[in-house]
Amino acid sequence: MSEQTGTGEPVVPPDATGGLDPEALEAVIAAPGARFRHDYLEIRDLRVVFDGFVAVDGVDLTVTQGDLRFLIGPNGAGKTTIVDAITGLAPAAGSVQFGGVELVGKPSHKIVRAGVGRTFQTASVFDELTVLQNLDIAAGAGRGPWTMLRRRHVVPPEVEAALETVGLTQVRDLPAGVLAHGQKQWLEIGMLLVQDARLLLLDEPVAGMSQAEREETGLLLQRIGEQRTVVVVEHDMEFLRAFASSVTVLHQGRVLSEGTVAQVQADPRVVEVYLGSGAHGRGRGMAASAAEPAASTEVE
Amino acid sequence: MDALFSQLFAGLSLGSVLLLAALGLALTFGQMGVINMAHGEFIMAGAYTAFVLQAFIPDAGVSLLVALPVGFVVGGLLGLLLEVTLISRMYRRPLDTLLVTFGVALVLQQLARDVFGAPNVDVRAPAWLSGAVPFLGMNLPKTRLFILGLAIACVVVLSLVLKLTSLGRRIRATVQNRDLAETSGVSTRATDRLTFFVGSGIAGIAGVALTLLGSIGPTLGTNYIVDAFLVVVVGGIGQLKGAVIAAFSLGLLQATFEYSTTASLAKVLLFVVIVAFLQVRPQGLVSVRTRSLA
Amino acid sequence: MSAATGTATTPWWQRSTVRVAGGVAVAAVVLFGIAPAVLSDFRLNLLAKFLCLAMVAVGIGLAWGRGGMLVLGQGVFFGIGGYLMAMHMKLADAGPGGVPDFLRLYGDGVVPGWWEPLRSPVVTVLAILVLPAGIAALLGLAVFRRRVRGAYFAILSQALAAAFAILLVGQQKVTGGTNGLNGFRSFFGYDLADPINKRMLYFIAAGVLIAMVVVVRLLMNSRYGELLVAVRDQENRVRFLGYDPANVKVVAYAIAACFAGIGGALFAPVVGIISPADVGVIPSIGFLVGVAIGGRATLLGPVLGAVAVSWAETGLSEQFPSFWTYFQGALFILVVAFLPQGFASLGTLWRRRRGTPADAPDDPPTTHPSAPGSSPDADDDAQHAADSARTAGRHA
Repeated sequence: MSEQTGTGEPVVPPDATGGLDPEALEAVIAAPGARFRHDYLEIRDLRVVFDGFVAVDGVDLTVTQGDLRFLIGPNGAGKTTIVDAITGLAPAAGSVQFGGVELVGKPSHKIVRAGVGRTFQTASVFDELTVLQNLDIAAGAGRGPWTMLRRRHVVPPEVEAALETVGLTQVRDLPAGVLAHGQKQWLEIGMLLVQDARLLLLDEPVAGMSQAEREETGLLLQRIGEQRTVVVVEHDMEFLRAFASSVTVLHQGRVLSEGTVAQVQADPRVVEVYLGSGAHGRGRGMAASAAEPAASTEVE
Repeated sequence: MDALFSQLFAGLSLGSVLLLAALGLALTFGQMGVINMAHGEFIMAGAYTAFVLQAFIPDAGVSLLVALPVGFVVGGLLGLLLEVTLISRMYRRPLDTLLVTFGVALVLQQLARDVFGAPNVDVRAPAWLSGAVPFLGMNLPKTRLFILGLAIACVVVLSLVLKLTSLGRRIRATVQNRDLAETSGVSTRATDRLTFFVGSGIAGIAGVALTLLGSIGPTLGTNYIVDAFLVVVVGGIGQLKGAVIAAFSLGLLQATFEYSTTASLAKVLLFVVIVAFLQVRPQGLVSVRTRSLA
Repeated sequence: MSAATGTATTPWWQRSTVRVAGGVAVAAVVLFGIAPAVLSDFRLNLLAKFLCLAMVAVGIGLAWGRGGMLVLGQGVFFGIGGYLMAMHMKLADAGPGGVPDFLRLYGDGVVPGWWEPLRSPVVTVLAILVLPAGIAALLGLAVFRRRVRGAYFAILSQALAAAFAILLVGQQKVTGGTNGLNGFRSFFGYDLADPINKRMLYFIAAGVLIAMVVVVRLLMNSRYGELLVAVRDQENRVRFLGYDPANVKVVAYAIAACFAGIGGALFAPVVGIISPADVGVIPSIGFLVGVAIGGRATLLGPVLGAVAVSWAETGLSEQFPSFWTYFQGALFILVVAFLPQGFASLGTLWRRRRGTPADAPDDPPTTHPSAPGSSPDADDDAQHAADSARTAGRHA
């Protein structure tokens, strides 16, 4: 097997790019009226069943614009499955409404057109296309056939601004496959911005990032959260404590607790679940790290 | 009523042939996600094995019974060779594997043409398989009954092997979670090879069986491979059950279409039915919901 | 990369329009100037045949190389185009109201109603352009909408080719059966026995092929072309950007089918026969050899590969018929297994060694669709197979 592509091996040192630029964010997301639009995500009695296995069992969830909501929970709690169900990837029953539009039963691409955008646990960008092409595709779902069949003559302004926001302007003509891991995740966030998602569902957006990158990403998400509805699935408790404005704890497909970080940490049920699962699954990575907030609650 | 029963039997008989041709394919595809275009040529190799053995063993009945295990080994060894030399290098490129194995199929066909000649050859059927069994006013050819029984026997033995033996456990473990199986001490490489050996061996048995239905030639496999693929598509992967139901359904459908139209139109109609079926069950009869991006 | 072109920083010789015009000029000089000057009438006719096969390859390059759809049944569309044109020529030869010879030979001597419209040259040309694309679009919509893809789609397209060939053979009374249609005397009123008109056919084929390459080149560099690559590599990701990948794939598949149909329509008068042997499973996969060898994802690779393979086949199979089959099989094995980018990748390697960036402006990315790490779709399929097989524990 002769593979000459060399993709997969990041060749761009992270400091080759300018870092995130939240100021440029304004140009992307401050569309007229966007500031005063009060979208919210409303999930009622959501159930997801895989071959008889109940992965999500009657979840209610309301996230309003301006909230930066974190979903946490031990492995198998149903966090990613909820995101899958919202975006039409998992078979959902119940009701998921965003901006008054019912999403359950719609095909994925129509859910996206209703203003819902998501990322995946593994950064999934188009490795062979350039950063610019990645963003341009994300910006173009509403283009007519004629525009599609022609070349891109000018870079759309929102793409330009998104490049600035996620700090990838200097590498815009490089194939996305050569970006460092953190940069790929920023590119994904940039794609969400240009695709004009008003509900952003981020699945572990800072996994594999350095401490400085996490910091920058968190600040960026906070600013986005002021004007969009943002839901983050995350295992990193330090990141959660620093940036979450509210937290929903899931356990075995149900909502266990909900509130601010402090409220959730003080909830005895959360402590029990995390300590319990931590005790059973000691040394099993996620469960152990997820046990962290509970443990620190005790210390505090 | 007679017409109905004879149609039913024709369909079951066709289904059993399809099942024999597709069973090994379902196994290898299920385990590795690899479509092996040379599977048809393994069938052909099995058929020529029966032909060659007949030159050494004068008694047609004995040579048939010897040919079944020998055909299994011949097909299996060919599959093993293919797996070790080519397929093992290409697990991450299933579509390319399809093309590479097509190249292998071309080579094997030409090899058969050069060794045995292009014209078809005949394998004598044993005396105890000549004639027919009267049943409900019909005459069921013994060869067809034999193949039906052989197909059922292959399914039963294969599922018992998968259920009860350590090889079967290793195969199932590898299919379900390759990484976990590997870390639990199962050599997935060895399991892959064994799976390929067994799957290709069944193709060899199918080839031996096909000698009972008519003369055989270098393109024997080509005639069956497309239909065998369709059985896998309709049946879905991961369970033998899907292939069994699909093979007999397609056999019955084709027999019905052939009865009401012509053989050539039947193929087209069958294709349309399959595409329509995939609208309802895109992953085949036996489907498993997955959580991954796929 | 294309955004950079056309700006002041790009040297004029690298600008898109200049490069396209330059390429067309070179191709025109070779095909219209040099080839007719140095080749005998016989060889020129042979080249015309190769160009017809190359038309199929151009479409396969788009659908397979760029779109990731393994089209194993292009012989169907090639055959539809070929049979439509052949039937028109037979009807024209028979004269107004006349009955072509094969219908009297095999059938009842009556032209079936559905052949009748092909007496009109306009209807014939329209049918050749529309029918293959339409059938591909219908099949594509049916399967891609339901996310049938990868090996499943390949098998279905192959089954279509098998069914089509069997249908042609089986309906001998109206299709000529195994013998196909042959013995055409005229092509839109021009006598095919006249060498000048044979030459004209060659020029038509060369012109059409150049036009197809230009069309594909424009498509590859358009936003659609970028989207097609995105769908090939991460179909589901594209879905979560608000596109329906099925539509994106259907367009490429229909264009490939249209090109194959046109190739077949010119193949019939150039070669003088179209038969089931040109359209079945084996020739359908045969179309892929040249594309794989030339470089499936490149613009010119499929064309050059197809012409080279057809040329080698003609040369080798005349002298050593059985050797050719071994050779073809070996080509498949070696190129696809060990040189998945085809010979085009040798050029990329060479440039990389010289230190030039492999992806100069305007060069389409040539990476192989299923190379590890760059093709989640291939991984998806494998993954899917593995996932679906999870229940194998409940074997029968």
